[in-house]
Amino acid sequence: MKTITVRYFAMFREQAGVDEETLSLDAATAADVFEHTKGRHGSPEPAGHCKVAINDEMADWSSPVQDGDTVLLFPPVAGG
Amino acid sequence: MIRMTTDPIDPDVLRRELFDPAAGGYCAFEGWVRNENEGHEVLRLEYEGYEPVAVAEGRKILAEAAEKFPYLQAHCVHRTGMLEIGDCAVWVGVASAHRDEAFKACRYIIDELKHRLPIWKKEHYASGDSGWVNCERCAEHAHG
Repeated sequence: MKTITVRYFAMFREQAGVDEETLSLDAATAADVFEHTKGRHGSPEPAGHCKVAINDEMADWSSPVQDGDTVLLFPPVAGG
Repeated sequence: MIRMTTDPIDPDVLRRELFDPAAGGYCAFEGWVRNENEGHEVLRLEYEGYEPVAVAEGRKILAEAAEKFPYLQAHCVHRTGMLEIGDCAVWVGVASAHRDEAFKACRYIIDELKHRLPIWKKEHYASGDSGWVNCERCAEHAHG
């Protein structure tokens, strides 16, 4: 099990009801973390429409996560 | 240079900061808050961004633009917080020796930042409802 801090933004934060939470997860990749939080909060948004960062660095869904990482879940962006 | 701000954007000030004696041309894009989107009357827009990643990703975009369309100076400012109709939400300015690089680099920067920066906007409608732009599926879920 790994201890992962998950941070939520915009719509994800509203759905989760919290800015962030620390979870004990059996997760190998960022995608695993996303899947787990979808189960907790029920977001149907597909990962392909979203982005992820690990420890403030943009990452891919296939990026590995380590014990103690902070995973930032970005819903579909809409700057400009 | 790229930055985020909660203060109003003043294009005249930003334009002057781009001055370069070797520049023969300057191109800027301003994104404004519009009063309508997909048939809904919009009263205001609420922008949220995550600055550490947005600035890092924005710097990459400026570097990519410099490689593709060599320019002399480029700045980008994105505003966050509650914006009213007509407010400037984003400003991109590029100065270059010749106009072609300025036009193309400016277009590249605004197109990429819209798709890549962790920035979100929530529309507040005349109906009293609100919705996150580009997040239709999660919005449907929330309403369902």
